[in-house]
Amino acid sequence: MTAAGQPAALQPVRGPSALGGGARRFFTLTWLLSVTEFKLNYFGTIFGYLWSLVLPLVRFAVLYAVFTRIIRFDTPNYAQLLLLNLTLYSLFNEATTRAVRSVVGNENIVRKTQFPRIVIPLSVVITALLNLGLNLIAVLVFLTVTGVGPNVTWLALPLIVVGLAVFTTGVSLLVSALFVRFRDVAQMWGLMVLVLFYASAVLYPVEFIPPGMRFLLFVNPLIPLLEEARRLVVDPSAPSVVDAAGSVFGIIAPAIVVIVVCAIGLWTFVRAAPRVAEEL
Amino acid sequence: MHPFTPIEYTTLRALRGVSFRVAKGEFMGIAGRNGSGKTTLLKLLASIYRADRGRLRVAGALAPLIELGVGFNTNLTARENVLLNGVMMGMTPREARGRFDKIIEFAELEEFVEMKLKNYSSGMAMRLAFSVMVQSDADILMVDEVLAVGDASFAQKCGDEFDRLHGEGRTILLVTHSMESLRSLCDHAILIEDGVVELDGDPADVASRYLEINLTGRGATPAASADGAGEGAAGRIAEFWLENSEGERLGGFNHRESIHLVAVIEAKQEIDRPRFGFQLSSANGVSLFAAPHQPLADSLAPGDRVTFRATVANPLAPGTYVINCRLSGGGATVPIDWRRPAANFVVWGRPRFGTIELDWTWEVERQPRTSAMEAARE
Repeated sequence: MTAAGQPAALQPVRGPSALGGGARRFFTLTWLLSVTEFKLNYFGTIFGYLWSLVLPLVRFAVLYAVFTRIIRFDTPNYAQLLLLNLTLYSLFNEATTRAVRSVVGNENIVRKTQFPRIVIPLSVVITALLNLGLNLIAVLVFLTVTGVGPNVTWLALPLIVVGLAVFTTGVSLLVSALFVRFRDVAQMWGLMVLVLFYASAVLYPVEFIPPGMRFLLFVNPLIPLLEEARRLVVDPSAPSVVDAAGSVFGIIAPAIVVIVVCAIGLWTFVRAAPRVAEEL
Repeated sequence: MHPFTPIEYTTLRALRGVSFRVAKGEFMGIAGRNGSGKTTLLKLLASIYRADRGRLRVAGALAPLIELGVGFNTNLTARENVLLNGVMMGMTPREARGRFDKIIEFAELEEFVEMKLKNYSSGMAMRLAFSVMVQSDADILMVDEVLAVGDASFAQKCGDEFDRLHGEGRTILLVTHSMESLRSLCDHAILIEDGVVELDGDPADVASRYLEINLTGRGATPAASADGAGEGAAGRIAEFWLENSEGERLGGFNHRESIHLVAVIEAKQEIDRPRFGFQLSSANGVSLFAAPHQPLADSLAPGDRVTFRATVANPLAPGTYVINCRLSGGGATVPIDWRRPAANFVVWGRPRFGTIELDWTWEVERQPRTSAMEAARE
């Protein structure tokens, strides 16, 4: 509130935007929305947190059975690798899938309040990160119990998570902004995460990628992120990204992809933000 | 269809050439029919929509939302919702928590603090939302249609709270359909009709004009339609209108201002002792009154014209009304021509219960206490 007697100057009304409206309000809202959603996920049902573990565990058990009993992978510590990969990939999967409909789904606040629009997809990513944090604890406990680690290199895992979160954010911004005008994006993105799941070396170790498909290593940043996580957490002797790709571009190219995706995502979102409330 | 074909939009120009000023500390009312652009205007001011053209300038902190209870989640408790909604209103989480007790006390919801909002009645949720809003620190508050909040005693509290905010020098923009609250709360009002400012000025004038537009469509015009008996009839109602005592033709009258009906009858054939009558109904078709047909003692020859004038007292409550009229002949009830409706008109004034205000007097007399009652009190 401005001090009484000291008239405030007339300021032009700037209209809605992706980022404007004050840093404090931006952070407060992002955090509050993230935590609220997180709480609703866990306290909405009777078993709360348990449910959030059951589905990934069942998925893990099924895949594990398929790839050790039917298709016989003899990769060392395959169970641990599969569990870690599934958990990390779930951040990308969960966040981007929810982000698609997030702006439209939050219609009630978008149409009635002024706030930096980017808060919405960001809070989706942060909620997914909070989930990931909980799940990673369970994964690391599992690894310890089964005799893999703990290891000092585990402390570097947050770096991988940061890289994953940045890429996820870029994609989330892009799809959430596009969905406002092109509702087909929801279906297309559903297919895309399915394809990416198989194209990201989640189910299989990176060495299994045949030479003819090595290009995936350069265009899909999820592969190097998962591979580095594998080396840090499960198997230090696994090939590094550079070894697997055969050149230093194995790290440079995916980094460029991440930067480009984030730039396009941000640009698209910032452009769409002022009109979002009208186009819902 | 191409996957990237965007959803088709039709351009709706919600506001055009709107210009107005609100002074600091003013309580401004915005009236207008549904779809006239009132909410769009608030959304532009609040930076929810972006104006295609034009300039908006605001001095001071503007509350960032235009509706009560934005961000409320029915799966959360009152406590959590106050925090969410408060932050949406521009408070810090600390401020929202600090004011929680005051908010709950004002909303009279002390017993329901830990109850999830989905178990609240809609009135309770609105009370909570209103209570958060009045705790806002913003210099300028915008409120879209809230005075229907809760029961009568809470509505009174809301009115008092608006007075308090107004007294603190806050600027308030209130969108409302209640002309009563417009007149009692606002210092200044604008009327928006089809995206333009139709009137900018005194709330009483805006309220009258709003009722006039709202109740009769575009302004008050006597209805031109005539169901008449057609070409072969012996005569016709050539003209029909309503006027006031000064002889001005009008479609709207103040409460208690008498209404003059004028009908011009034209005979095409000989009409024996023509009679003219009218009937008054409410807008929803309930017949309120029918005047006995007024006979003319002699008969009319072809080409004769007669003017009937009726002066009608107007105890009608503000609202819209319909007049039907009929010409008959033969000294009886053989209809010759009729108009249904002959005219629509509006009565302006302070809203009242019921349709007609009758004259009345009170006599209240207290009975002396009997000794039996005294004994019962002991």
